[in-house]
Amino acid sequence: MFSETIELRGHIIDSLILPKVLDQILTHGANFKISEIKIGQKRADQSFARIEVSAETSEALDELILRLRQHGAEVAERADAQLAPAPADGVFPPDFYVMTNQQTFVRIDGKEIEVRPTMMDTAIAVDRKRGAARAVKFFDVHKGDEIVVGHDGVRVVPVQRATSRTDVFQFINTIIDADEPKSAIIRELAEELRQARKTKGKIAVVAGPAIVRTGAGQHLVRLIETGYVDRLFAGNAFAGYDVERALFGTSLGISLDLAFARGGRENLMRAVNAIREAGGIAAAVAKNVLTSGIMHTCVRNNVDIVLLGSIRDEGSIPGATTDAIEAQKMMREKLADVTHALLLATIRHSLAVASMLAPTVKLVCVDIDASAVERVVEQQPLQSIGMITDVKPFLRELTDCFDKLQKT
Amino acid sequence: MRELLLCPPDYYGIEYEINPWMSVARAADARIVQEQWKQLHATLSKLDCKVHLIPPQPRLPDMVFTANAGLTVGRKFIPSNFRHKERAGEQPFFAKWMEQQGYEVNWLPEKLFFEGEGDALFGGEVLFCGYKFRSDIQSHRAIAEMIGCLTISVELVDPRFYHLDTCFCPLPDGGAFWFPDAFDEYGQRAIREHVTDLIDVAPEEARHFSCNAVIIEKHIVLPQGAPQLVTKLQERGYRCHELPMTEFIKAGGACKCLTMFMPQREEAVT
Repeated sequence: MFSETIELRGHIIDSLILPKVLDQILTHGANFKISEIKIGQKRADQSFARIEVSAETSEALDELILRLRQHGAEVAERADAQLAPAPADGVFPPDFYVMTNQQTFVRIDGKEIEVRPTMMDTAIAVDRKRGAARAVKFFDVHKGDEIVVGHDGVRVVPVQRATSRTDVFQFINTIIDADEPKSAIIRELAEELRQARKTKGKIAVVAGPAIVRTGAGQHLVRLIETGYVDRLFAGNAFAGYDVERALFGTSLGISLDLAFARGGRENLMRAVNAIREAGGIAAAVAKNVLTSGIMHTCVRNNVDIVLLGSIRDEGSIPGATTDAIEAQKMMREKLADVTHALLLATIRHSLAVASMLAPTVKLVCVDIDASAVERVVEQQPLQSIGMITDVKPFLRELTDCFDKLQKT
Repeated sequence: MRELLLCPPDYYGIEYEINPWMSVARAADARIVQEQWKQLHATLSKLDCKVHLIPPQPRLPDMVFTANAGLTVGRKFIPSNFRHKERAGEQPFFAKWMEQQGYEVNWLPEKLFFEGEGDALFGGEVLFCGYKFRSDIQSHRAIAEMIGCLTISVELVDPRFYHLDTCFCPLPDGGAFWFPDAFDEYGQRAIREHVTDLIDVAPEEARHFSCNAVIIEKHIVLPQGAPQLVTKLQERGYRCHELPMTEFIKAGGACKCLTMFMPQREEAVT
């Protein structure tokens, strides 16, 4: 959304100029917000209105403003953003503007520049020469970088909730408790994802190891096979458990088929070693070392796998990014075009991903821990659904829905 | 007694094209021009008013249309800022002449286009102002501040009726006659809200510049070609003086365009 503030003065009420201008804004597919209005008290008194006009594109806005000028609208002067140099590498100047993940513009030398990319909990660095502004994290700021301070000249355009179509994301902060029915929501969600796939949306799944350990892996495999996953984000433990299951039928030594079994780590270590020996997951698939499981299905279906290492280093699967800053950068890159994110049974990865999503991304968080779901949903307040449940029934129902949708 | 300003048509002619009526290929007949203007002058002179003449200037053919000299309220004269460079040269002559007559000249900011009484007519207690083709709406606000009255800005949408006085004529009884299609929907509504007794002029009569009339008390001086309007005005007790204006209509003007009130109002009602 692009916007400009206009001002109308004069006998704008009696002349019907104010309603005319507002009508023109709407008939041109733009929106307005009257930020100030003063109506003359006596007959000869003039009135005043300050109106924020917003349109989808800057061209549409310019054209509209040009028309409105004919009816006396004057574009309000706006202050430029204040800048201060970063005092040292990794340090922002005092009073730096703290950015959100919402679309943000800064006014520099009278011209508005969009901050790209937007990022939660960052500052805004301005490059006057290139006429560019970007969100910077602490690790990314260098001494002398020009950083926006204060609030002048900064404009945030919050995501507007769609009014044209009501969907499963229509309610704010929907959390479905453990004791509430979920089937209807899951059906709606399946329909939403089907629409997303039709309209070339990108679906990311962030998967926790519980998916493998509870035996829900087969459902995720079906989801991948039916084409509902474009990118898979996971920790290396997830990949480790999955290849262990594929090679030895266990995860952390536990077989799905044996009740009350308790196993050790031996199978996991051997499975990881087999993958390392093959030269990584893709190579293991190519060499027929890895012939089933989630990782295998991803490779076969060209799903982008983004694996991140942890301090625990459980799994040590080749290809997992272990440098935290590098991992952040890569995740941002891989999340940039995502439209829907399913965060399944992993609090740490879910929180990391949710903090990096654009505000327009629709998010579903499924976890058995209520507080984990609440924390994730908070990050994306306008476009998220939380479900407190074991991940296995969720995935099973979702894939069943797709099977039914395919048959109809 | 009303005082009026006219300008003899000695240098009048169609020398450029700045409205849809003008065509340099369709010249005005100099002899008929003189006859028609003299008839207007004679008609107005016989009514209860005093006619002043400003000396015409060579190369300013449209100076004859004195309504566009500016707006006069009390002893204040607000000179026009012409939109077209072809007419901009008229401004200093009118301003100087009015100053010599003892008027206080109040200038509008240079960047605001305003074409005088052509786009600013009092109706009741309201100053109606036309905008878009010639005057800027911003000039209305400036004028409202200068003279302190309610101004109703109305958008003109038909380029043939490019000045307010070509499509709207307020009557002294608070009514007005007008050609509604010359205004946008909001302008029509604004006029209807502020003028109770409106006489609609038919399109075929509006084309004869019927709304471009000079009103002196109960006398209405207007171009020939509006029998229906004349009947309606007569029914309201007005005496109509229908004059041939063909040679001036070729330039997009008629009786009212050829006349400026000095002043249009003694004072604005605040």
